[in-house]
Amino acid sequence: MNSVVKNIVRFILFISLQVFVLNNIPPLHQFIIPYLYFLYILWLPFNINRFLLLLVGFALGITLDYFSGTPGLHAAPCVLIAFFRPFLLNLLIPQETTEQSYIEPSIKSMGWAPYSLYVFLLTFCHHFYLVLIEWLQFGNFLYFLGKVIATTVISLLLIFVSEMLFFRKARFRTNA
Amino acid sequence: MKNIFLFIQNYFTLLCFLALQIFCIVMLSRNSLTHEAFFASAANEVTGKINKQFDNFYSYFRLTEINRQLTAENVMLRNELQSNFIVPDSSRKTVIDSLSKDSLNRYRKFHYLPARVVGSTVTLQTNYLTLERGSLQGVKKGMSVVSPQGIVGVVNEVSDNYCRVMSLLHRNSKVSAMLKKDFNAGSIEWDGVDPSYLTLKNISKGAQVKKGDSIVTSNYSANYPAKIMIGTVADFTIDPTSNFYTLKVKTATNFFNLQYVYIIENVRYTEQITLENKKIKANE
Repeated sequence: MNSVVKNIVRFILFISLQVFVLNNIPPLHQFIIPYLYFLYILWLPFNINRFLLLLVGFALGITLDYFSGTPGLHAAPCVLIAFFRPFLLNLLIPQETTEQSYIEPSIKSMGWAPYSLYVFLLTFCHHFYLVLIEWLQFGNFLYFLGKVIATTVISLLLIFVSEMLFFRKARFRTNA
Repeated sequence: MKNIFLFIQNYFTLLCFLALQIFCIVMLSRNSLTHEAFFASAANEVTGKINKQFDNFYSYFRLTEINRQLTAENVMLRNELQSNFIVPDSSRKTVIDSLSKDSLNRYRKFHYLPARVVGSTVTLQTNYLTLERGSLQGVKKGMSVVSPQGIVGVVNEVSDNYCRVMSLLHRNSKVSAMLKKDFNAGSIEWDGVDPSYLTLKNISKGAQVKKGDSIVTSNYSANYPAKIMIGTVADFTIDPTSNFYTLKVKTATNFFNLQYVYIIENVRYTEQITLENKKIKANE
């Protein structure tokens, strides 16, 4: 499938999963909200333009925001991780070998350890910034700490499960 | 001049990032201050439509619960039928004529408008509901919303066919409430912890509070009619440093399975609010 079409379909799937399934889960605890939608940004292709990446991140966040009635709350962290992503990828992958041969970040294209670090750091950035914005409105430090840790753990668990469920074939880029 | 262009060229991504961040923060702060977001009404219309599709599908799973609620409400209404009350011959009971106009110049103060819930959240700190009824069907900002069991929230955003309700489970929501038995008034808020419990503050220590007492809306509120059920006292703490109780209130409304609600229109709402907001002139 064409990469653009594939990513548009993925966008719709991630947003509907977050809005209609994960946001509807009865609250287990005040700290825990399962977030998975930002995995879309982590799965975008390696060679995407950095400016386009920012715009896609913003679009993803703002779409979710209009479903949950908080314009800007999720858009800001999405833009943040979209901004950090290229720097982190440059640090984590060996330049010559993988970047040219694989299309998008995955366990296979980057290796277990770098990919986990990549996912962990961006997830943590996203939740830290998201809860920070929320916290500035309401203010309670224990709430802030607990929520960052709990949501990060839950998100990592969900990402792990979805990596296991949807094993993405790491396709090679052809030169032809 | 050339240097400026070079600078912009070099830091284009960073500048875009900063611009988008500032845009997000401004949107967020404007929204939480005035509840009027940039093109919020248009987006509300679109997300409302999508939510409605989802809800059409999801409502099948909740039919049992709706039936139970409707039956309970029917039983309650039947119990209040006039024919249940037999007037003895030596009656002194005055039957109050409830027509909208009679010789005593009664007027109708509240209208009830039914509406269907097509979207709702309970897990966030700022929870909203979306109802399928908008300005074309007579909904205005500031109208209150009640469910068959108790109060739900206040309308804060209206588009043509949908409206968004700030639920009681919102960190900024505040409703004037009182104890049903002795009319001591305070204000109901939500502390963001548990969607089944609210906090009632500013009840004076003179009040005799017991667990299980009913909390109803007070007559000081402009958008809610008086004496609509809010919840029951689940627990109370006595703070020795102040003169007030802080009560923990179990909500009467179950926010997890709301299906149909009533929007209440206060006909004299604007008049009351205008009067209350009028600036008091000093020395006059």
